[in-house]
Amino acid sequence: MATTDQNKTKKVQVRRFKPEENPEKHYLNQEKGLWAWLTTVDHKKIGLMYLASIAFFFFIGGVLALLLRTELLTPAQTFIDADVYNQVFTLHGAIMIFFFLVPSVPAALGNFILPLQLGCKDVAFPRINLASFYIYVIGAIFTFISITTGAVDTGWTFYTPYSATTGTSVLMMTLGIFILGFSSILTGVNFITTIHKLRAPGLTWNKLPLNMWALYATSIIQVLATPVLAITVLLLAMERLLGIGIFDPNLGGDPVLYQHFFWFYSHPAVYIMIVPGFGIISEVISTFSRKIIFGYWAIALSSLAIAFIGFLVWGHHMFTAGQSSLANMVFSFLTFLVGIPTGIKIFNWLATMYKGSIDMKTPMLYAMIFLFLFTIGGFTGIMLGALAVDIHLHDTYYVVAHFHYVMMGGMVMAFLAGLHYWWPKMFGKMYNEFWAKVTAVVLFIGFNMTFLPQFVMGSQGMPRRYFNYIDQFQGFHQFSTIGSYIIGVAFLMMFAYMMHSLFKGKKAPANPWGSRALEWQVSSPAPLHNFDHTPVIIHGPYDYHQPMSEFQLGIATSHNGHHAGEPVTVEKSVTDKV
Amino acid sequence: MNRLSEYMLPPAKSVTAETTDALFTFINNTSLILLAGITVAIIYFSWKYRRRSDDDVTPVISHNNKLEITWSVIPLILVLIVFSWGFSGYMDLRTAPDDAYEVKVIAKSWLWEFHYENGYVSVNELHVPAERPVKLVMRSDDVLHSFYVPDYRVKMDVLPNRYTSLWFQTNEPGESIIHCTEYCGRNHSNMNATVFAHSQEDFETWLETAASADDDMDPVERGEMLITRNACDTCHSADGTRLVGPTFEGLWMSEREMEDGEIVTADENYIRESILDPNARITAGYDPVMPSYQGSLSDSQIDAIIEYLKTLQ
Amino acid sequence: MAQTSAELEERLDHLQHHFVDSDQQFDSSKMGMWVFLVTEILTFGGLFAAYIVYRSWYPELYLEASTELNAFWGTVNTAVLIGSSLTVAMAIRSAQLNQIKGLIINLWITIGLAVTFMVIKYFEYAEKFEKGILPGRYYSYDGLEHEKANIFFSIYYMMTGLHGLHVIIGIGLMLWLVKKAKQKVFHSGYYTPVEITGLFWHLVDVIWIFLFPLLYLID
Repeated sequence: MATTDQNKTKKVQVRRFKPEENPEKHYLNQEKGLWAWLTTVDHKKIGLMYLASIAFFFFIGGVLALLLRTELLTPAQTFIDADVYNQVFTLHGAIMIFFFLVPSVPAALGNFILPLQLGCKDVAFPRINLASFYIYVIGAIFTFISITTGAVDTGWTFYTPYSATTGTSVLMMTLGIFILGFSSILTGVNFITTIHKLRAPGLTWNKLPLNMWALYATSIIQVLATPVLAITVLLLAMERLLGIGIFDPNLGGDPVLYQHFFWFYSHPAVYIMIVPGFGIISEVISTFSRKIIFGYWAIALSSLAIAFIGFLVWGHHMFTAGQSSLANMVFSFLTFLVGIPTGIKIFNWLATMYKGSIDMKTPMLYAMIFLFLFTIGGFTGIMLGALAVDIHLHDTYYVVAHFHYVMMGGMVMAFLAGLHYWWPKMFGKMYNEFWAKVTAVVLFIGFNMTFLPQFVMGSQGMPRRYFNYIDQFQGFHQFSTIGSYIIGVAFLMMFAYMMHSLFKGKKAPANPWGSRALEWQVSSPAPLHNFDHTPVIIHGPYDYHQPMSEFQLGIATSHNGHHAGEPVTVEKSVTDKV
Repeated sequence: MNRLSEYMLPPAKSVTAETTDALFTFINNTSLILLAGITVAIIYFSWKYRRRSDDDVTPVISHNNKLEITWSVIPLILVLIVFSWGFSGYMDLRTAPDDAYEVKVIAKSWLWEFHYENGYVSVNELHVPAERPVKLVMRSDDVLHSFYVPDYRVKMDVLPNRYTSLWFQTNEPGESIIHCTEYCGRNHSNMNATVFAHSQEDFETWLETAASADDDMDPVERGEMLITRNACDTCHSADGTRLVGPTFEGLWMSEREMEDGEIVTADENYIRESILDPNARITAGYDPVMPSYQGSLSDSQIDAIIEYLKTLQ
Repeated sequence: MAQTSAELEERLDHLQHHFVDSDQQFDSSKMGMWVFLVTEILTFGGLFAAYIVYRSWYPELYLEASTELNAFWGTVNTAVLIGSSLTVAMAIRSAQLNQIKGLIINLWITIGLAVTFMVIKYFEYAEKFEKGILPGRYYSYDGLEHEKANIFFSIYYMMTGLHGLHVIIGIGLMLWLVKKAKQKVFHSGYYTPVEITGLFWHLVDVIWIFLFPLLYLID
């Protein structure tokens, strides 16, 4: 290994590795049987097991949402009573947030794609990765125990003193979330280490895919915020078990302190949910515009900026909770500062499309839907950050609508963009493009019908978490409910064409989108150990002005030293050797 | 576009509502303009730069400092405007004028008690003078609640371990709805009340006569009226339906089993105790959640309620 | 080290398939552990935050209630833990030098000190339980005037309890290391588990060094 000491780059001999178009062996068929799946340490299979689990929880959470919307068809009781309604909205929130949104992109898509994008064979700690999946399952079991032993009626925020005194099964639920937190922490630790230590030769920080930057920022938040949630729910569990009195005013504690603890995690958690979505959108827009991403560093660093400022704004959930005016002022100000990097991203994505070669395939369509809906979510966030206005809008349907525009209109649409984008790499099958687009449009219509009226209701003064409501809102509620049914239909359609694709779909080529990114330079489905060679990176993942052959390089010799992420120089003469 | 904001907001009936609404309208309009711009860009680019052939070559535009600074600074200026506007409006909402008329509010699951200067207590009805600032000093008896009057654009959480306050001034006599907006359990959505704004004269008359207004009513009618006015019927039905608490139907002189197995007869003393110290004895199968009415119901009012319960056989 | 290159080649059995070489595996494990320790610090950070908030609200409570804690045994325990930090560092050194016997002996001493810590802690707890200073709503001691004395002890029990749990986990990890060391798994080319357990143990020690003055030495 010849090292030139002057510029600290390593000279390596490379040759071109073209992906096999019809691989006989790949990660899906090389180890067979249920046991092999359940004990696999392969990040791709763990990713798929996560994907199946979050799909299951999304289905449960979605059915609960439809129950809520159906109940709200009439101002008084429609078909379930107030207690059941309160349990259903609590479970809808808790399941969607802790079991779907938080693990969706990092643990499911992220697990699948991260080593492929870094050019390594697996994440740094494959067994810990598997353990994190089972910890997630154990957390889920606790939640189901909670549901069957009286459920929880506190709202997903578990505010004390209500959560310390209500007769429902709060203890089991908080323990479930406590356990779940470890799953999230372990994923974060794994990703940070992998991104630092396992990058392929030549994959320097300035060539890192933006999806990796986003997952990196997300992992940092996961590692820093989740422990605080863990201790918060542990204290809450102890509050119920022993009555430690730290949060319960009946025992001398302070409920506002609980809110500080809770939102110190739960606000950054919102960024755990949305930041990885930004990564997907960057990949998708560049690929389908076949154009270099505009403002690479602006997008990469704004993710980190959001992660950082995101830790300082938790108090904006408590403008009416009785904290000091000074605290409110500071939290309001910082909240607006988060808006800036978010806005920068939107403009960068638009600029990437400018003069591109835009192919409106399904992932791109979802990315466009994301841009529109997430922008609305962002603007309404500005509305809620403005102190005087928030006093009026706090805890009304306006907040519900804002949150769903960001989480479902932003995060879920980005997730669907990513799912459709990487689907061929996961299963080696294409889905029906026509039905996928029709579904996207139906989903878009249903989503707006559901949540646009909630902005109006909220600003007119409809409080959230209301089982009964005053008659003037019935029209809006009914419109919203019809919209939610349309969303339900859209997801059924999606399930149908995805299943059709799995069993009868057309075979996918290795690189159906003509992307320059590393994960598309291996066959579909990916090989068991991702790369049979050590990939070498000499261009950024969005350098569409460079020939495809220069994105398919690997070290020519079989044995090689440890040089993760080091800069490399390539002797051009050997580059073109095929 | 202002029409949209007008449509979205409830009638503005307090002196501070105007600032809130103006800011709401400003953010709404600015957002709509920007959203329209972004949407047009998405659609226009998608069409104009659609892929024409698989060999399309795209230009290398990796960044543009001027453009990037522009789209960072302009939003920054906009949000700074929104921030200062929102903060100054908020400070007006927080700072009650010195001459404000003070009412004490106690939130209980699931009703609102309003205590006036002369000792009178009204439940779920807040009476205030118009054209004069009113300051509410609030606390909760149990869990968190939040006091919200959409028409006044005011909201404040009500806590069990400290006092919080808010103020408002309305200039037109009339009625507005009060909601509880901090989730507080089963009857959270029924924890509504009404604020009645009277002219100064009417308010004074009301305050003087309110305490004695029902003294000369027929006891049964008075009891029924008190049951409604004190929100007893949120949790206790008169027709046998099981709500949060036991029904009133057939209650009088019935033999009742308590949580600890004791059997008691629902006589005058039992009913009196249940109203003033509700958690002393709990009927088997129910939760100890009823707030105490100590101080808000007089002896003669409790007598009237007993007379009314006697009629529900 | 009189090992031939052939012997070293043999001892790559620890290398996992997705790493290029031992160094990369070692660096990754160490970094992973450091990141994990950050999460540990934040977990305790939550409790420290509760401690600070209540201390700033009720400074007199802390002055009064901390007199119930036994500073003598607290000091002894601090010495015990600092000693164990030293022995765990010596264990790592032994592993680096291929002295497997020294590694095992040092691990046993560390375990012994950790158990001593827990035994002293047990007597401290037992003495308080006797008096009625129980956690949470079971608190029934009337020797303290302050009405929020129960909250001080809730925080005390949460902090020392969570710390004690970490000590027990550390003991478990070190027993596992002893077992592996006896199987001759570790050598100068591979001692990652010893190294990262050592890191964990130092953290447990450092947290105690913060807990001790904050709880026992207030006046």
